[in-house]
Amino acid sequence: MNLLLVVLSPFLGAPLSTVISRLGRLHAAWFAGSITLSTIALLIPSAVTVFSGHTGIQHFDWIPVLGINLSFRLDGLGLLFALLILGIGLLVVLYARYYLSGRDSMGRFYACLLLFMGSMLGIVLSENIIQLLIFWELTSLSSFLLISYWQYRQESRSGARMALAVTGAGGLALLGGFLLLGEIVGSYELSRILESGTIIRTHPLYFPMLVLVLLGAFTKSAQFPFHFWLPHAMAAPTPVSAYLHSATMVKAGVFLLARLFPVLSGTPEWFWLVSSTGLITLLAGAYIALWKHDLKGLLAYSTISHLGLITLLFGISTPLAAVAGVFHIINHAIFKASLFMAAGIIDHETGTRDMRRLRGLWRFMPHTATLAMAAAASMAGVPLMNGFLSKEMFFAETLYDISSPWGWLLPTGAVLAGIFAVAYSWRFIHNVFFNGTPADLPKIPHEPPRWMKVPVEILVVLCLVVGIIPDLTVAPLLAVAASGVLQAPLPEYTLAIWHGFNPAFWMSMIALAGGVLVYHFFSFFFSLRQSAGEWPAMKTLYDFLLEKLFSWSGTITCFLHQQSLQRMIRVFVSFALILGIGGFIGEPFIFTGERVLLPADGVSLLIAAIIMVAAVSTVMLHRQRLAALIMMGTVGLGVALVFIRFSAPDLALTQLSVEFVTIVLMLLALYFLPQFTPAESRFSERIRDGLLALGAGSGLMLLTWAVLTRPYDTIAEFFLAESVPGGGGHNVVNVILVDFRGYDTLGEITVMALAGIGIYAMLEGLKLTGSTEYPGIRWSEDRHPVVFSTFARLLLPFALLVSVFIFLRGHNLPGGGFIAGLITAVALIMQYLANGTDWVRARMPLDMHTVIAAGLLIAVATGLASWFFGHPFLTSTFGNLHVPLAGELELASAMAFDLGVFLVVAGVTVLIIANMGSIHSESHPVTSRNTMH
Amino acid sequence: MEALVSLIIGVLTACGVYLSLRGRTFPVVLGLTFLSYAANLFLLAMGRLTIGAPPIIADAAEGYTDPLPQALVLTAIVISFAMTAFVIVLALKTYKETGSDHVDGMHKP
Repeated sequence: MNLLLVVLSPFLGAPLSTVISRLGRLHAAWFAGSITLSTIALLIPSAVTVFSGHTGIQHFDWIPVLGINLSFRLDGLGLLFALLILGIGLLVVLYARYYLSGRDSMGRFYACLLLFMGSMLGIVLSENIIQLLIFWELTSLSSFLLISYWQYRQESRSGARMALAVTGAGGLALLGGFLLLGEIVGSYELSRILESGTIIRTHPLYFPMLVLVLLGAFTKSAQFPFHFWLPHAMAAPTPVSAYLHSATMVKAGVFLLARLFPVLSGTPEWFWLVSSTGLITLLAGAYIALWKHDLKGLLAYSTISHLGLITLLFGISTPLAAVAGVFHIINHAIFKASLFMAAGIIDHETGTRDMRRLRGLWRFMPHTATLAMAAAASMAGVPLMNGFLSKEMFFAETLYDISSPWGWLLPTGAVLAGIFAVAYSWRFIHNVFFNGTPADLPKIPHEPPRWMKVPVEILVVLCLVVGIIPDLTVAPLLAVAASGVLQAPLPEYTLAIWHGFNPAFWMSMIALAGGVLVYHFFSFFFSLRQSAGEWPAMKTLYDFLLEKLFSWSGTITCFLHQQSLQRMIRVFVSFALILGIGGFIGEPFIFTGERVLLPADGVSLLIAAIIMVAAVSTVMLHRQRLAALIMMGTVGLGVALVFIRFSAPDLALTQLSVEFVTIVLMLLALYFLPQFTPAESRFSERIRDGLLALGAGSGLMLLTWAVLTRPYDTIAEFFLAESVPGGGGHNVVNVILVDFRGYDTLGEITVMALAGIGIYAMLEGLKLTGSTEYPGIRWSEDRHPVVFSTFARLLLPFALLVSVFIFLRGHNLPGGGFIAGLITAVALIMQYLANGTDWVRARMPLDMHTVIAAGLLIAVATGLASWFFGHPFLTSTFGNLHVPLAGELELASAMAFDLGVFLVVAGVTVLIIANMGSIHSESHPVTSRNTMH
Repeated sequence: MEALVSLIIGVLTACGVYLSLRGRTFPVVLGLTFLSYAANLFLLAMGRLTIGAPPIIADAAEGYTDPLPQALVLTAIVISFAMTAFVIVLALKTYKETGSDHVDGMHKP
């Protein structure tokens, strides 16, 4: 049994189907169909064990500390739903192949459909409820993509957003409910939860938990007052509606009710909340469906009503009601899917779904009409159809408490809803297929392609065989599913068409007769009514809240975002200053600690003086940009000297090479920018900025002083002690980078790669003209000075050799992937500078994108490799190797990781500089004589 | 020596803040570079100042400085280069798109 594979295969198929659709539109359909079929094939071996009364559990540890695991469960209920999801899914795949037009992207459609299918399977096969919730949210997301499939339509987008907002909010409530449930039981595993019914029902947190869980279930299953999203979701293509609103999306809510039925039901709170919601939804949905002119609108409200019926059955809480609920889940899925498909065919072949225009289609499409009539009969609950059987069980169950004072309410409501259901079903048939001749249809109606009807035929045949010979068809599945719901022995029941003249039979008859009468006496009013009765209240409330949210967030954004970077930086720095100073107010603070200080020597004083003078000159000269840049370079070199002074040779090497690259980059940029900064800020502004800068500088200075003069504890001992025995390297900094904290480094080189690609994307197509305005100085006529280019070429092999050397020794002496990468980049950039971009491009065998990608892949592969040896990600190993000249070399697997770092750093650096160099649209104006190359 | 390092960090920060408050992109990029110098030195200083004791394991060594801030700073230097590059290219792009190198994309006297 491999439930993980069952759930994963649609997810794996989804991206593939977009790729496959490029080979041909219909390939995606074939592919999605075969994925669905193979998932069914994977499920069947496990299904056999379920019928022998076995509950299959597959468990993988995920975050065991938090009680979150990857675990799957297959019992009768899960199996029933999995079969519905996959079976109806397969028919929808076939149907959509004919439904979608040439303009619709098949690949995207089937990818979203498979994503949704996988998410649904995840819900019904989850053992861990947190995992269930993750799949629950995934259904919200993937259904959003499906409903908004026709993105260019306004109603598709708003309908999808509404569905996402309502079911997503419900998902949040459900998360709260599940956390409480886990808190009560002490486990998130369903097996434990289903055994703890008494603990749960008597716990003080039972009621809040119940409310939260029900909010999740009711929003998903479109129960009153959250029903309003479902009719708007009809903007989806009809195959999507047929799938989401028959067997899947909306059934997830009732699945949850069924799943937790044994532990949550049986209390007055459950009874009142669930049955009253169910009854209201049942009645209201059926009544509104009657007034709809849109075929899909009618079916949408009918779906709401049937979901209410199922909810009501679970609310009644008797074991037999739960059996009836499960039975109706099956029946509704079958007949509603076929009706949606039939409505889709009518829409497809006539160009409209408006029942005021559709008339007398029997003459044009008798075959489709027959199928639709059978399915509608099942929806109405006509004998010999499957809908009749579960509806009769429903009628019987509403009578369970007839002797109590309010006991008559349930059966009355049930019969009333039954009458409406018959009336709207009859309207669907009579109005569309008979009742005169069609009025100005956009197309001449005709039968659809042969295979488009096949899914409908299969479903209608199922309606009939389940309705006529239930014992031979649905009974075993129903029994195993119902015992999965109850987690207890099944009650006595018989599935038969004829139970004698009992009350339920008479209720069915009243509903049938009443429905036909209602339709014939009131049909005149239906067509008069322009806008069918919605509950405007909920939709209006939703729109109102949405609009308010947008305007509130707009106001806040406008308040915070002042459209001026300078002002925002000022606010930012001032705020940091205020917070920093505020921390010290109140109690006396001693700035100088008692640590023994180092004496200052002459060289250090000199370096410090150079840095500070250069820094201040940068500020003074900042209007003359070239001079300021040179000064900044001096500061950078000074910083490298500071690193050397304070025992950080690796940092010094890095700083040196980065400084070189940075200055080259800034020089290149400066070439395209104005050479001088205009003096535009007022004197008072400069004073204010100066004060802010002084404040920030002295704040940080005092803070550093306070820290430096105090002793401290460090975790360095661990790294120093473990570096050689644990990491196989003597250079502790490098061992930390590639081994102890390798994960961080992986993240950092990823950021680096992203920055490189971002820069590449920004430079794409950017053309700038070089600056001409350096007064009094002409550009040199010699583009590539011979001495420079010759020596740069001569230097290249040596530079690369140095970089290899630095790389190899990095694990033991200052060096490593970062520094070697930068040195290589410097060597290559020298070639660009000396010989020009075109010269290098012609000789460079490698594309830098490939280098970056290879680097990242090598780094990740090194990490993954340790999995094969049963170690955690990025575990390293090492051994000694003697290399001539380089000496004793400890070859650690971390070295391969460092190679990845090397490639990314070198690749990104070269990519940036080389692309910067090639954005000029024309070379700088070279004066007079011909240039020599 | 501690006073000297504190002073360097203070001066670099002050210059960085002043430059990043300017109205044109190029000085702002210079300012950000100064701020990253200051931040890198500050991070290194958090491991306290040690002279002549690089964190390279050797038999003759008497002691080692704290390697952890160094590892942090090493990646920080490289990342801040990537950031500087990103910002300067952004500056070029805005200059091309808006025709001005003002940080707000337009010249507001």
